[in-house]
Amino acid sequence: MRKLLTVFGFVSGALAGTVLFRRTLARRRERVDVYFDDGSMVSFVEGSQEAEALLPVARSVLAATRR
Amino acid sequence: MDAAQALADLTEISSQIEAAVLFDESGSVQGSTLADDGTAAELARAAGELLERSGGFRSTGAVTQLEAATDEGSVFVVSDGARRIAATTAPQPTVGLVFYDLKSCLRNADTDAEAEKPKRAPRRKPEAEDA
Repeated sequence: MRKLLTVFGFVSGALAGTVLFRRTLARRRERVDVYFDDGSMVSFVEGSQEAEALLPVARSVLAATRR
Repeated sequence: MDAAQALADLTEISSQIEAAVLFDESGSVQGSTLADDGTAAELARAAGELLERSGGFRSTGAVTQLEAATDEGSVFVVSDGARRIAATTAPQPTVGLVFYDLKSCLRNADTDAEAEKPKRAPRRKPEAEDA
């Protein structure tokens, strides 16, 4: 019985860990994709100076439209 | 098709779009899916700001479209000359599809604007002066 509980605890822990890990991976990084008229595209990911100038504006828009 | 009809078609076609606003380069709102005019104006102003700021990061080329993706959702802005459209969606939208729908809406509204332009009067032949 004790051995069974140990195995069950181990399996449950491994499953929970896997789910948490996958969720963390699945979380997209915040970013801004900018497309130019010459066909080029630049992606500014969170943490970059450009993204920090643009993302707060986007967040405020989303908050305002959902009020 | 007027701006309101183009926006109504947009929200009917694209279930991903929560709110959208048609506006011009001066920030003047042409139409909106939002009930509150103030919020529509705020969305237009912020979308214009996003275009302006993102264009400032590069010396060459004009910004035609952008997507700002956050954990709370995405903001899309498409610019076609003086006419612009901005929209908000839930997180992780189908980006290509949203851009396609926004461009279609902008084109539909633009077609209407062209149709509304007053036609130029036909040029009259100069009358022959009597000698």
